[in-house]
Amino acid sequence: MYLGEKRKALRAAFPHTIPVFTGFIFLGIAYGILMNSKGYGVGWSVLMSLMAFAGSAQYVAITLLTSVFNPLLAFLMTLMVNARHLFYGISMLDKYKVIGKLKPYLIFGLCDETFSIVCSTKIPESVNQSWFYFFITILDHSYWVLGSALGGLLGSMISFNTKGLDFVLTALFVVIFVGQWKTQKDHKPAVIGILCSAICLVIFGPSNFIIPSMIGILAVLSISRKEYAAEKEIAEEGVQ
Amino acid sequence: MTLTSIETFIIICMVTIGTMITRFLPFIIFQGSKSNNSYISYLGQFLPYSAIGLLVVYCLRSVNFKSPTYWLPEAIAIICIIVLHYWKENTLLSIGVGTVLYMILVQAVFI
Repeated sequence: MYLGEKRKALRAAFPHTIPVFTGFIFLGIAYGILMNSKGYGVGWSVLMSLMAFAGSAQYVAITLLTSVFNPLLAFLMTLMVNARHLFYGISMLDKYKVIGKLKPYLIFGLCDETFSIVCSTKIPESVNQSWFYFFITILDHSYWVLGSALGGLLGSMISFNTKGLDFVLTALFVVIFVGQWKTQKDHKPAVIGILCSAICLVIFGPSNFIIPSMIGILAVLSISRKEYAAEKEIAEEGVQ
Repeated sequence: MTLTSIETFIIICMVTIGTMITRFLPFIIFQGSKSNNSYISYLGQFLPYSAIGLLVVYCLRSVNFKSPTYWLPEAIAIICIIVLHYWKENTLLSIGVGTVLYMILVQAVFI
């Protein structure tokens, strides 16, 4: 019975991870190849992907692995690059509240792609949600490690033209954005997210816009909360 | 390898610790707070939509607007994904068609 429940959760989770599979295998291979070209063999790529599981930070870390040893800089750069994860945690506080013993691993593996799936997917009632979230996370994690390993091993043997294949992850996020747009009546939070980020991107440039965007989004959401609270009060009074 | 094995391992640990702080911090800070904290539950309700918006912009951060040939592939593929997803609402179809179209555009059309 217990085993059956897990298998059911795995079966429900797997289709959602197919786009991530494509993206991670490709980006992981690219990462492994890049690491290899700097003299860091497959063992290092796999260790990094297994422990950190953070694509963009790992790419940034390549530059740190090829210059003077500076662990503090590595730490601070990672905090900067990954600051957006703070939003994912806040968004998942409620959904992950009831998880239990799997929770530390789910938080460990809350990367962009895993977040985009777990925050937007409606789990069928018959599927155990803890195991569903667990399988989404561990499948994504293994694709990333597998991709890095393949890249480290195969190196430059891959020859078909993969230019543009990394767009698969952009496509995944756009699809989730559209899906949320269709199901959510209030479009303000989505518009706030796009506008704040786009404005900050223009002002601060591609390498420095994330933290200002996060502050901007929090500020605008907080301001519009008063409006939301007032509307809610009116609606509740109307009901009474 | 520029660094020694031990130095490399320390860098990997630093990247791991940095990443884990950004992932665990919200859960640690709000661990004790009750679910009726209205500000946090307000954020929990609406932040996911803003966060996906931020993520879309983040993916497109390096798009160059100097010449249409640089941004047209992204624009065409995204419009195609939006229309297709509104119409069919099939995640894999939208992502597959969007990605293949983008690859054709950057490999064969806007070189």
